Amino acid sequence: MSQIVIANRLRDGLVVFLGNEKQWVVQVQDCSPASDETHAAELLAVAEAAEANQEIVGASLIEVEMREGVLTPIKMREAIRALGPTIRKDLGKQAGN
Amino acid sequence: MYRYDEFDQALVTQRAKQFARQVERRLAGELTEDQFLPLRLKNGLYLQLHAYMLRINVPYGVLSSRQLRKLAHIARTYDKDYGHWTTRQNMQFNWIRLEDMPEILLELASVEMHGIQSSGNCIRNTTADEYAGVAADEVEDPRVYCEIIRQWSSLHPEFSYLPRKFKIAVTGSDNDRAAVKVHDIGLRLYRNEAGEAGFEVFVGGGLGRTPFVGESIRAFLPTRDLLSYCEAILRIYNQLGRRDNKYKARIKILVHEMGLDEFGRQVEEEWERIREGALTLPDEEIERIRTHFEPPPYESLPAESAAYLAKRTQNQDFATWADQQLADHKQPGYAIVNVSCTPIGRAPGDISSGQMEVMADLADRFSFGELRVTHNQNLVLTDVRQEDVFTLWEALISAGLATANHGLISDTICCPGLDYCSLANARSIPLAEKLSARFADTSRQQEIGEIYVNMSGCINACGHHHVGNIGIVGVDKKNSELYQLMLGGSAEADASLGKILGPGFDEDGIIDAIERIVDAYVSLREDGERFIETYRRLGPAPFKEAAYDGTTQGR
Repeated sequence: MSQIVIANRLRDGLVVFLGNEKQWVVQVQDCSPASDETHAAELLAVAEAAEANQEIVGASLIEVEMREGVLTPIKMREAIRALGPTIRKDLGKQAGN
Repeated sequence: MYRYDEFDQALVTQRAKQFARQVERRLAGELTEDQFLPLRLKNGLYLQLHAYMLRINVPYGVLSSRQLRKLAHIARTYDKDYGHWTTRQNMQFNWIRLEDMPEILLELASVEMHGIQSSGNCIRNTTADEYAGVAADEVEDPRVYCEIIRQWSSLHPEFSYLPRKFKIAVTGSDNDRAAVKVHDIGLRLYRNEAGEAGFEVFVGGGLGRTPFVGESIRAFLPTRDLLSYCEAILRIYNQLGRRDNKYKARIKILVHEMGLDEFGRQVEEEWERIREGALTLPDEEIERIRTHFEPPPYESLPAESAAYLAKRTQNQDFATWADQQLADHKQPGYAIVNVSCTPIGRAPGDISSGQMEVMADLADRFSFGELRVTHNQNLVLTDVRQEDVFTLWEALISAGLATANHGLISDTICCPGLDYCSLANARSIPLAEKLSARFADTSRQQEIGEIYVNMSGCINACGHHHVGNIGIVGVDKKNSELYQLMLGGSAEADASLGKILGPGFDEDGIIDAIERIVDAYVSLREDGERFIETYRRLGPAPFKEAAYDGTTQGR
């Protein structure tokens, strides 16, 4: 099961994901998931350090899968966080804002 | 409306500055999230799915045009150009940046607004009948007592760490438009046989995962004793309410577990001890607060405006809208105008910055610069001359605010649900949008008549689903949304809780089921019978049959 780290950025609350270079990215497509538990634990450790450093809040590992070539969180709650409100396609990451 | 005195203003401005400093410390890394969380919640700031959410109090739903313009400015400058009216008559912004909070709170303080006590285990914004002060059926103006409660409950030292949140509502009419029986304390203002004003006091009502209709704990409470009696209730609750389990910490659980008689006995005992003390409200104090709610300078007008009646005859669309949105005003020649913020196919309670500005301008032009927010997530202009209603309607059309659905099936109450809320299990707004689209035709809605559909995206029931005539609650079943249907709820004076009808539905299935239920009602009703009355006469059986007819859902 592939996993990524999701969190909210402290200063503005924006949803962010932990990217390949251990940097925080705003689009889920810009991170590559951990495919095993060891890698996932490494990602989480990076996130927890960032949390302790007051960059982000509420970091957690979530499961993702490729759906029609698009990296998508499996749980609807996280999928909505990765895109934006389903009833306002003009808002959030799906709209690039 | 009530205007801040120097103490109110100093307190709110000071709090804004204090919180600004706490935000600075948080952003500088001097405070951890655990340390900061209680500070931000004390100021109405949550962290939701997409961003921070700020809830701003609108005391008992009364809002000036100046305040609404400020909310529009905040929405445009600091959020994504819209806000959301809540079921506590408040405003929520969904996309707030923490780093903007210091400026936002100072902007709010400049118009006598804040987020203090809009979150946390304290006494929340007291809600009231949105027609307070103007309704033809009103006995006494509840705003006076709401303001007295606001002053008493603001930063009350004893009650700032209650077992759980605490909500009070006041109605000044026998036609309860404030849902007082589903509040921790509900107050029904009336006059006794001697003509004295007082309250029937209900306690222990509430929704959430364990819903209760409040019970009458005192048949008549003189107005002078309002605060001492509320204080006695809060004191018993604060001392005895459960703190071991947040889901069992509301006063409704305490009243239920102790029994109303024993709870009432302890309240009365405490009240006897304090009733003639400092909290007694002398007539002069009540009158002093009442001066803030003096009627505006009404003109002497005939009971019916010839110009208004002529426009009704000339324009059927206008007549249809007016039939639905206007309510009787106590002052001859004036009307109460309900303005729907629940348009067909859109989220209930959302309003854009531009619409806020239009409403502020219309309030200045036609309604003495004042508006009301309703617990049904709409707005009201309370004091419109009948002869102005047509011009007002034309302006509302241009702003997309002229939906004619007050009290009809598309005028739903709906929580933000999983589209925004971190507590939700399922989305709720898409259901509201689909339901209103299904019943978009106004004449069909009017033919169906009064029916309240309320929906929540989880059992916390922010969308008041237990007291909808038709209630919907979303649950997460193996990562797909499932919606349970309940019938028979009412938030009015004869309050009742809905009962789950049977197995749940998916998003489209529940809209179909509601349509079949409504069709069954239309064919089964007797002359003039509202949905809730037909349901109470016939029970759930015919509606259950209709709901599951031809469907395999949930079977």
